[in-house]
Amino acid sequence: MFERLSVMLMKEFLELKRDRWAMFRLIVPLLIQLLVFGYAATFTVHHVATAVLDLDQSQASRSLISHIVATSRFDVVDVAKTDRQITRDINDGSATIAIVIHAGFARELANGQGAPLQVIIDGTNSNTALIALGYLGQIVAQYSAREASAVTLAPGLAGGPPRGLRLETQPWFNAGLDDRWFFIPGVIGTLTLMQVVSLTAFAIVREREVGTLEQIMVSPIRPVEFILGKTLPFFLIGLGDITLISIVGILWFHVPFLGNPLIMLLGASLFLLATLGMGLLLSTFSRTQQQAFALNFFFVNPFFILSGFAFPIAAMPKALQWFTLINPLRYFLVVIRAIFLKGVGLRALWPDLLAMALLALIMLTISVRRFHKSLD
Amino acid sequence: MSSASEFAVHTEGLTRSFGSTLAVRQADMAIARGEIFGLVGPDGAGKTTIMRMLAGILPPDTGTISVDGVDVIGDAEGAKRHLSYMPQRFGLYEDLTVTENIFFYGELFGITRQKRLARSRELLTAAGLTPFQDRLAGQLSGGMKQKLGLVCALIHTPRILLLDEPTTGVDPVSRRDFWAILYNLRESGVTILLSTAYMDEAERCSRLALLHAGEIRYCDTPERLKQAMPGALLAVTSQDPRALRQWIAGQAGVLGVLLMGDRIHVRVDDAARRVPELKALLARQGINDAVIVPAEPGIEDVFVALIGARTAP
Ligand SMILES: Nc1ncnc2c1ncn2[C@@H]1O[C@H](COP(=O)(O)OP(=O)(O)OP(=O)(O)O)[C@@H](O)[C@H]1O
Ligand SMILES: [Mg+2]
Repeated sequence: MFERLSVMLMKEFLELKRDRWAMFRLIVPLLIQLLVFGYAATFTVHHVATAVLDLDQSQASRSLISHIVATSRFDVVDVAKTDRQITRDINDGSATIAIVIHAGFARELANGQGAPLQVIIDGTNSNTALIALGYLGQIVAQYSAREASAVTLAPGLAGGPPRGLRLETQPWFNAGLDDRWFFIPGVIGTLTLMQVVSLTAFAIVREREVGTLEQIMVSPIRPVEFILGKTLPFFLIGLGDITLISIVGILWFHVPFLGNPLIMLLGASLFLLATLGMGLLLSTFSRTQQQAFALNFFFVNPFFILSGFAFPIAAMPKALQWFTLINPLRYFLVVIRAIFLKGVGLRALWPDLLAMALLALIMLTISVRRFHKSLD
Repeated sequence: MSSASEFAVHTEGLTRSFGSTLAVRQADMAIARGEIFGLVGPDGAGKTTIMRMLAGILPPDTGTISVDGVDVIGDAEGAKRHLSYMPQRFGLYEDLTVTENIFFYGELFGITRQKRLARSRELLTAAGLTPFQDRLAGQLSGGMKQKLGLVCALIHTPRILLLDEPTTGVDPVSRRDFWAILYNLRESGVTILLSTAYMDEAERCSRLALLHAGEIRYCDTPERLKQAMPGALLAVTSQDPRALRQWIAGQAGVLGVLLMGDRIHVRVDDAARRVPELKALLARQGINDAVIVPAEPGIEDVFVALIGARTAP
């Protein structure tokens, strides 16, 4: 058993070594995707064009405005004198958000009865506007805390249907953190999933397609030995992937790594086994590389979307939520984010680790059973 | 009836279909030890399907297979230790060198290092591959690839060798080398079952199975198959054999015509009677350059005469 497995591994690494482009193919797309995700996939918004209408002209109102401008989030593009001016700013798109302080703001604040602050946002770019509104909420909250009197936001909407905004229920908005921190760990899991599943699925199908499988079938090699020999290299490549992207994430994007590297290794290993199982399973349903490609495309995208990478699972329809239970990426994202950002240990993460272990076991078992040493 | 285990290869009622295609139908074979047994048939006749079933990598729908006394259907893995199979398509790793491929297959079969080295040296020499040991398999010529395939197939000293069109696309010199190795193997008691598209190779087999549309239609020695061919064979040469062929086919007593390069093989019911007749008819047609001589039938002629289809389209 061990001799046949080791000669199989030897052969795989020799082939990998002979493939001059292998290293390039394995690493470069990964790094590029990491950079793209790292820079583009962010909910952080800076320099939102802001129009201000201060009808109170008090010390309190000026102080609030300077508070808002002090962050780099908002750039005041127009200090308006009238309501009409504000409407025009929003309508012609020169401002994304407008803040209106009514006359009597300072007095109401001093009375301690709570002062309303009207905010008008351009609903056509609702993402940016909502995020900006979120920041504004924070700034106003800080200001209120300082003044020991509540300023309440009264949002108004322009250019889009009116809707009730409740800032505290925006689940993806992570007020305390730079959201790049939230994304990079997710990117690590996602990129690894995509790469490992396709590598595994293609590797076995390729042997079938070029005809080497037919020759190897008449040798005494057992299905387990063949499958392990084909997949262990990808396990190592996957670990290399995770390490590499993590290091780039930590050093380049300054994502903190608060947890235990050993738990990370355990999580990554279980995740990789589950991922390999997925790739293998796909390969047992494909006869040609083309079929494998189609299947891969068909499965990997939903797994990515239904992982909680960007869209919260809790917000999905129930049926899709059930589906996420068989998605190894779902569990790994929890694990990797928790290890990176929260530094929690096994006590909190064991359910997710166990889920990945079970998925790995199930998928690998089915694949080995489905892989027969025959051409049928 | 003698028992299956006396034979190197024994099948009964072997049948396999793919969807609605009946690839092999009720194939019965009994191949004695030390035979070089040939499977001959046109494309799609079922040669590869039979080979794969014998090799234990394609389960038949029905029928029994015994290879070296081992029941292939019940114990495919056990049978694999006795046999070796070289697929029609090159099945070795093109990114590995000659030596690495041999090493790989040697290890898979659990051959000890010493035995592997000795055996591979011997086989490489016989195949004339020694100077190319460090070349990548993908960079070998077609003939060298096939010989490497044979070396890898022989590394575990199998008793039965299954070769699916091993010399297709191989140049005549390499084919001769290849056959020299096969003869040597037979001397050492190995049974060889091969399929071939070359009729000169078919002649070298101890016995032949003529395969058509999944059925073994005839099975005998090349000599007896030739004797079984009805009628006698004439070879006709002329300036324009294509045109002449049409005309000859319509004459009395002509059972079949076959264009063989620049000659026409004409099968007639009675050579003594038809040769003078044809000559007279040709003269009357004003065709004076045609030469008619009696000819020895080849396997191709026999195949066409017995089955009514050519081995190659
Ligand atoms: N895996 C398969 N799936 C579907 N049909 C198949 C398969 N393998 C063979 N066939 C069909 O079975 C028949 C016999 O094919 P087979 O490959 O055995 O012929 P062959 O004699 O080896 O032909 P060739 O000289 O072209 O190699 C053909 O009609 C072929 O199309
Ligand atoms: Mg074939």
